[in-house]
Amino acid sequence: MSFLTSYRLRWQRKRWRARALRKGRELQPVADRTKNIAPKDVLLFCTFRNEDIRLPFFFDYYRKLGINHFLMIDNGSEDDGPAFAQEQPDVSLWRTDAPYGDARYGVDWLTYLQGKYADGHWALTVDVDEFFVYPFCDTRPIRALADWLDASEVRSFGAMLLDMYPKGPVGQTSYERGDDPFATASWFDPGNYFMTQNKLLKNLWIQGGPRARSFFATKPKQAPALNKIPFVKWRKPYAYVSSTHMMLPRGLNLVYDQQGGEKTSGILLHAKFLNTFGDRATEEAKRGEHYRKGQEYKTYAERHGTDPDLWCQWSEQYINWRQLEVLGLMSKGNWA
Amino acid sequence: MSLGVIMLVHTDFDRAEQLVRHWADAGCPVVVHVDSNVAQATYDRFEKSLADLADVRFSARHRCEWGTWGLVAASQEAATLLLEDFPDVQHAFLASGACLPLRPIADLRRYLDAHADTDFIESATTADVPWTVGGLDRERFTLYFPFAWKKHRRIFDVFVRIQQMLRYRRNIPEGITPHMGSQWWCLTRQTLDAILRDPNRQTYDAYFQKVWIPDESYYQTLTRLHARKVESRSLTMAKFDYQGKPHIFFDDHAELLQRSKSFVARKIWRDADLLYHKFPLPVDPVSADDEPVSGAVDRVFSQAVERRTLGRSGLYMHSRFPSIDRQTNIAAAPYAVLQGLDDIFPEFQPWLTRQTGAQVHGHLFAKDRAHFADDSEVYRGGLSDNARLRDYHGKMFLTNLIWNGRDEHHCFQFGPADTQEIRWTLAKDTNASIWVVSGAWSIPLFASGRSASDVRAEAARLQRTEDKFLKVLRSPDARARIKIMTLAQFIEAPMDVLQTIIDEIAGHRGNALTEVPQMADLTGLPDFLQDLKNQGMHPFLTGDITTGNTQPTRSLPRRKPYVISGK
Repeated sequence: MSFLTSYRLRWQRKRWRARALRKGRELQPVADRTKNIAPKDVLLFCTFRNEDIRLPFFFDYYRKLGINHFLMIDNGSEDDGPAFAQEQPDVSLWRTDAPYGDARYGVDWLTYLQGKYADGHWALTVDVDEFFVYPFCDTRPIRALADWLDASEVRSFGAMLLDMYPKGPVGQTSYERGDDPFATASWFDPGNYFMTQNKLLKNLWIQGGPRARSFFATKPKQAPALNKIPFVKWRKPYAYVSSTHMMLPRGLNLVYDQQGGEKTSGILLHAKFLNTFGDRATEEAKRGEHYRKGQEYKTYAERHGTDPDLWCQWSEQYINWRQLEVLGLMSKGNWA
Repeated sequence: MSLGVIMLVHTDFDRAEQLVRHWADAGCPVVVHVDSNVAQATYDRFEKSLADLADVRFSARHRCEWGTWGLVAASQEAATLLLEDFPDVQHAFLASGACLPLRPIADLRRYLDAHADTDFIESATTADVPWTVGGLDRERFTLYFPFAWKKHRRIFDVFVRIQQMLRYRRNIPEGITPHMGSQWWCLTRQTLDAILRDPNRQTYDAYFQKVWIPDESYYQTLTRLHARKVESRSLTMAKFDYQGKPHIFFDDHAELLQRSKSFVARKIWRDADLLYHKFPLPVDPVSADDEPVSGAVDRVFSQAVERRTLGRSGLYMHSRFPSIDRQTNIAAAPYAVLQGLDDIFPEFQPWLTRQTGAQVHGHLFAKDRAHFADDSEVYRGGLSDNARLRDYHGKMFLTNLIWNGRDEHHCFQFGPADTQEIRWTLAKDTNASIWVVSGAWSIPLFASGRSASDVRAEAARLQRTEDKFLKVLRSPDARARIKIMTLAQFIEAPMDVLQTIIDEIAGHRGNALTEVPQMADLTGLPDFLQDLKNQGMHPFLTGDITTGNTQPTRSLPRRKPYVISGK
């Protein structure tokens, strides 16, 4: 049984890799600076579409963490985002106008680039609205985390997606280009996440938070998944299976301890709920390119018009990673 | 000149150069050993970068793989060179390229001058310390280990297993008792010389070449043969995690390191510029004679080990997910489950809140919604009262509720009309105390004023459900504190039971009952139950309810005895 399963998963992984090679042909290099990548550099992989307003803060944030090189895919943006990204000296940019949904929501393109450039590197794979927080991220660069994980012989690092939202209707915030999104969207749900284990791929399937509470309470099964494995010491044969939720080989999904201990883990602060959200939801619901044909966005559009207020009296205001650690949303684990 | 340094280097040569210069500047001769795996060009560059220092030597290179003999061979080679070339050296200090002196090296030299006869080497017998990782303690001295653990893990394991099956045991050379400890030592010239010139050295070397991790046992064992005075501790502060891997120090450890007053610390992160800039500290006559105190560092790192191995009980999150079903402590804190009491006392919930100050919830698992203590739609931590969302993962609804509010005692009402999926979780949780008054569901049915024939089916359903719950609670797997009584038993002496519940919830803060909750009017209940029986539905869980025991009780509240209850 276990032999058959691992054989099946092996073929699944090879299929994803082959598919990525095929889909990789859809990418056209716009600015290829990958020859600047040094052997120990920490890389960031990201797909974006019409995110000009978010890109400046995104680059700032991750440069401060110590990302050495950004490998970005522009999926048919119509704004100035690509031009801005192209100018950055530490960015390599590809462009494709192929449908997002057909490339498994961008995963195929990313898998292609990761296989080509990330072998032997620590690679962080995030969306433009996801901001990585790990223990000691205010005093230690991401390279320190990478080196420590190397020394501890850990290959993958888990982080939960934490939805951040403002106090008051989402549409009434006014996010400007370059702003810190967490200046307004500074609130989060501290303790309403629930999880089950995926028996086949061994990853945890986590749901909950403000979206489950406000939009999906009556159909919890459809609530978005919050488990992520964004930071991986990449090897050529690896592949993400569904977004960055789970990976193959499945050993990489074991970012949690099952004996009662806590592994070191982080958080992806999710700056989705800003005034940009309403238009996005309407647009993406129409486009139907996202997971389950954009079902999630349709729910948003139906449920609260497009201007939900997610704040409640038990919302917590974000301070720093130590607060998240105390609340039990992430863990220092063995790192001191 | 009294102190000489042996430095083993295999990577990060710019940092190594910086460290060699620290030692050399303080007047210590240094013998550097570079791993033979390092490319010749890198080695040449490194050698050249130190060419201006007169008292730096490079010893013949060996291959230094973790846990292999090469590390011992390298230090032997370097030590021989050090003792030959620098006759003034009285103490030899073994360091690596990631060992940073924290205090002025002059402090260390003074300290060693004051302990001229002492060998500082951590050295303990295997029988007495549980340090080893992987279960090989005594066996690392009695089996053969020709394969590298890091590279050929499988062959290593198989080979060990075969020897264990054959009950093979190597002979330990006569005269030595295996000791082990940190590989970073500081030995006197006399001891080191005696080890290197021992007439039996060939025998010992041959033996230790096939011992597992000889660099942690070679000097540690042989020092015991020759030393005049052994201080079994290392002057190099190194902390190890639960897998035996060294902890790494970063810039934000600067203060911790300074307070430790250790002479040397490892491992320092390669890019910890602040640490490399700050240490070694400048000479300070006030603290020059301080002894090292590693208490604070020990605390920080043992907390980390505890967090990694034990974790926070009752927390389920994306990097701690023990199987809920296999745990004995499921929730994070003690809580109480009360079944039937709110049927008997209509105002039970507010009354219990007043008596105990605990968070008293209504029916958390009611079919319509979760009835939180404050009857809000969203409760602490952002828990929704939505029944479907709650039942989607009832166990984690409970563990989340308790984790979020673990600073308070939680109680909630439960009953056969509620969603029942949670019952095994409750029964198995040692943190739960469950109080059941069985058959109390008959009171609301009776009070509804409907006839026995109308409520017969519902009564039967409730009784069946409650009976299943009781079976769960009475199963051998149930680990909660469980108290089950029938309605008849309860109304015999209700105040005694209430007092016990309050004492348990409120602990020492509980008062003697000053206020008694109003019991529902039970006049006529026996007739109602008899009617049910006449319909063919025997309410066996209520116990024997008679007209006699349903009269309003007038028992006086019992005064609380002076007993120190343990909460």
